[in-house]
Amino acid sequence: MSPAMLIVALIVTPLIGALAVGLLGRWPNLRETATLVTAATLFGLATQLIGPVVNRFDVALEVIEILPGLAISFRVEPLGLIFALLASLLWFVTSVYAIGYMRGAKEPRHTSFYVFFAIAISGAMGVATAGNLLTLFIFYEMLTISTWPLVTHKQNDAARAGGRTYLGVLLFTSIGLLLPAIIWTWVAAGTTDFTPGGILFGTLGPTEAAILLTLFVLGIGKAAVMPMHRWLPAAMVAPTPVSALLHAVAVVKAGVFTITKVVIYIFGLDFLANVPLEQWLVYLAGFTVVAASIVALKQVELKRMLAYSTISQLSYIVLAALVLAPFAEIGAAVHIVAHAFGKITLFFCAGAIYVASKKTRLDEIRGIGRRMPWTMVAFTIGAVSMIGVPPTAGFVSKWYIIAGAFQVDNYFTLVVLMLSTGLNAAYFLPIVFRAFFREEDVKPKIDHGEAPWPMVAALTFTAALVILFFAFNGPIVDIESRILEVGR
Amino acid sequence: MSILEWMPFSVLLPLLAAPVCALLPGRVLPWLLAMISVTASAVIMAFVLPEAVQAPMRYFFGDWPPPIGIEYRVDAVNGFIGLLIALMGTVILPWGRVSVNREVPQRQGLFYALFLLSFAGLMGITLTGDAFNVFVFLEISSLSTYVLVAQGRSRAAPLSAFRYLVMGTLGATFYLIGIGLIYIMTGTLNMVDLAERLPAVADSGAVQAAFGFIIVGIGLKLALFPLHRWLPGAYANAPSAVTVFLASTATKVAIYVLLRLVFTVFGLEFVRQMPFAEVFFVLGVIGILFASLWAVEQDNAKRLLAYSSVAQVGYMALAISFVSVAGISAGLVHMFNHALMKAALFMCVCTVIYQVGSPSISAFNGLGRKMPLTMLAFVLAGLSLIGVPLTVGFISKWLLIEAAMDQGNWFAVVVVLIGSLLAVLYIGKIAEAAWLKPTPEGHETIREARPALLLPMWLLVAANFYFGIDTRLTADVARRGAEMLLGVSP
Repeated sequence: MSPAMLIVALIVTPLIGALAVGLLGRWPNLRETATLVTAATLFGLATQLIGPVVNRFDVALEVIEILPGLAISFRVEPLGLIFALLASLLWFVTSVYAIGYMRGAKEPRHTSFYVFFAIAISGAMGVATAGNLLTLFIFYEMLTISTWPLVTHKQNDAARAGGRTYLGVLLFTSIGLLLPAIIWTWVAAGTTDFTPGGILFGTLGPTEAAILLTLFVLGIGKAAVMPMHRWLPAAMVAPTPVSALLHAVAVVKAGVFTITKVVIYIFGLDFLANVPLEQWLVYLAGFTVVAASIVALKQVELKRMLAYSTISQLSYIVLAALVLAPFAEIGAAVHIVAHAFGKITLFFCAGAIYVASKKTRLDEIRGIGRRMPWTMVAFTIGAVSMIGVPPTAGFVSKWYIIAGAFQVDNYFTLVVLMLSTGLNAAYFLPIVFRAFFREEDVKPKIDHGEAPWPMVAALTFTAALVILFFAFNGPIVDIESRILEVGR
Repeated sequence: MSILEWMPFSVLLPLLAAPVCALLPGRVLPWLLAMISVTASAVIMAFVLPEAVQAPMRYFFGDWPPPIGIEYRVDAVNGFIGLLIALMGTVILPWGRVSVNREVPQRQGLFYALFLLSFAGLMGITLTGDAFNVFVFLEISSLSTYVLVAQGRSRAAPLSAFRYLVMGTLGATFYLIGIGLIYIMTGTLNMVDLAERLPAVADSGAVQAAFGFIIVGIGLKLALFPLHRWLPGAYANAPSAVTVFLASTATKVAIYVLLRLVFTVFGLEFVRQMPFAEVFFVLGVIGILFASLWAVEQDNAKRLLAYSSVAQVGYMALAISFVSVAGISAGLVHMFNHALMKAALFMCVCTVIYQVGSPSISAFNGLGRKMPLTMLAFVLAGLSLIGVPLTVGFISKWLLIEAAMDQGNWFAVVVVLIGSLLAVLYIGKIAEAAWLKPTPEGHETIREARPALLLPMWLLVAANFYFGIDTRLTADVARRGAEMLLGVSP
């Protein structure tokens, strides 16, 4: 298969999977097999793109011009490749996990769940491989809309309210801010192609550029930079596999991925360095990192706490991208991967606890480490990675971000990172402590052990990835470093 | 016969078929005749448009050249609109048959005769090159439409029809006064001749008053805020087939007449002296915002869509107010696109009314499970109305915002975006009821609509996506049309 056809395959495969799942709805085991086969195929296809990208082939495809000069086009570059690999690998793992979860938690309507899940992954693949802003926007919106049925899956009042906030904030930001930003870029530069070095140099003054960048950063609501973050806690009404893959990896990472791409390929680091007002966005991201951590401290629900932790961690990436230092850009790209492994593990654990014991609150989990040792060890690994301590993935990206901050003498970023490390420790470590070193105060209603084995297998695997990424991150960092090469 | 000689038949065929139709008995024959003449009209227009885009086609009735005779003059603009109307008629008639059988059980010959008259009137307005002839066809289509609206089953239908009649007659009278004034000043009614002779008398108060009368008269017809009051009632209470047809064609034709008279007849110089752009800008903005807000408030799905139509007219007025090639072509594209989305949306809602029996939004509760295909079509067409990429609505929004940015008009950009966001709210209201609310008691037996209703609906939904990706027909032809209207050479 030619590399250009691979792009088509990446987007179409999940859609075929969705169709197959829909048709096999009556036979649950066959249906789940269809999901697993599709996910495995997708990951296999994504790995086929590693060779061409490493060897610097231009993998691109133009489909159709929808308006003169404005085409739906695709181009795979290092950042997108890593995102596609990450999302497809974790889709497979999550599918294994979801089989245990959906059956264990007795959720209704499995078929539509797997169908929309697959459509959402197709959207993520489109975002990863988009060659210009228009194409990216198409799939960005597809991702928003296909995840709405997943967020509202329970179809009760809470789900309806959560769904409203979810769709409301995401569509408000994308239509109200991101779309005009894209059209403005088009009017100013005459193109929206992602180009190494950027396309806006010399077309906008510094103030206009700052306004446009603000439209992008706030308009890409999926990155959940405050004050556009409210949809993420609202999305926690979804079944946990959705929270784990979509609202810790695919959807939110599509957001920070887009911001990183806009900074590098639309504005260009050199251009933004001449935009003094850009600093204010650094402050906003820094504020989000700290403020979301403080809010996380006060949460009583485990999933909501994880959601606020995600908001904080996403702004690490936005912050790193906006610091405009080469190392920080690499740090941003690496953190997309590092945070994904850690956070999906944490969500897997939260779901496992819920399925095994029906517990969702932080004060209920005393002593649960003895009943569910695998789960809570994995949880600990994920938590340590969030704090950013070796030997976990979170340490690697933090290292690069700090190095980047030193490159450009940005001490604000250093202070933010230190503060948030402390805060992360303050809300994660007590949970670990409570789970392992406190006695159960009330005997639980259900005398439970671990959750069903597919869930335990999945969370063990991702916890292992957190550790492995610490040891073997070389190839990924190498590929990600390419994002800063200007010209091919 | 050359295509030029065929061209007038796109109006004449339905016009001549109408009296025959009125005499035909039963349910099948009248419908069949209407279907044949409307389809023939569409086929003729499909052949006419490519030629008309190259160079304007002129046909003199009875070989009498103007100013004595009446001239049909088709170029990129009205060829495009004519094709749109004929196509919408062709898609809507097969769909409408089912609902007409229920809503107008008696004397269907008469119903289809009126439908054909209304259709022929709209086609005539579009194709003619004579300002008085526009009035004649305007009356033909309006009078038949009043009767069609009154056929609705709800008790409010006659009242709505009466309101529509009063407002419509006012509009037509204003238009006639305007035409009368410019006839006195110039001695001609042919549009091309008018365009040549008007500049000489442009300073006279009579011509300026005529301009005002004509704008207000057409403003009533196109339901431009604040002259829109007749529209929600008429749309909400008319028989389903009439609602869908009106929503996708009537206001579009009025917009076309406006463009033609303002830019071809009065001309750019004259328009720039009058406060035309300012007035349309202000009314467009207010129309978008207020009508969208009203739409959000509605509890009746048909009324909700009707108010949304008023808002969409606001978009077109806004686009025209830029008085630029980008703006007017955005307006023309949106006219075409809006016909596609509104027809699809009204079809879905009317199909629900057919199956469930009530237009209130609470009747949609849980319908996502009972009528998944209809409701999916509704959501997809709704996404198009909101302006999600790959749909025609996205193309409209993109062109409109681009045109506004060209002018440096950031306020207009913001208004367009707010309008889209309000569309999220009112479409979301119905979508949420359909998919997330439980099915009420007594609705267990509701089933999916029959294929005769679903097929045309999904055809329109598909068109919403097709023309959202392949914009060669819409964007290119609209650009040519806008250049022609403004007298800019490409």
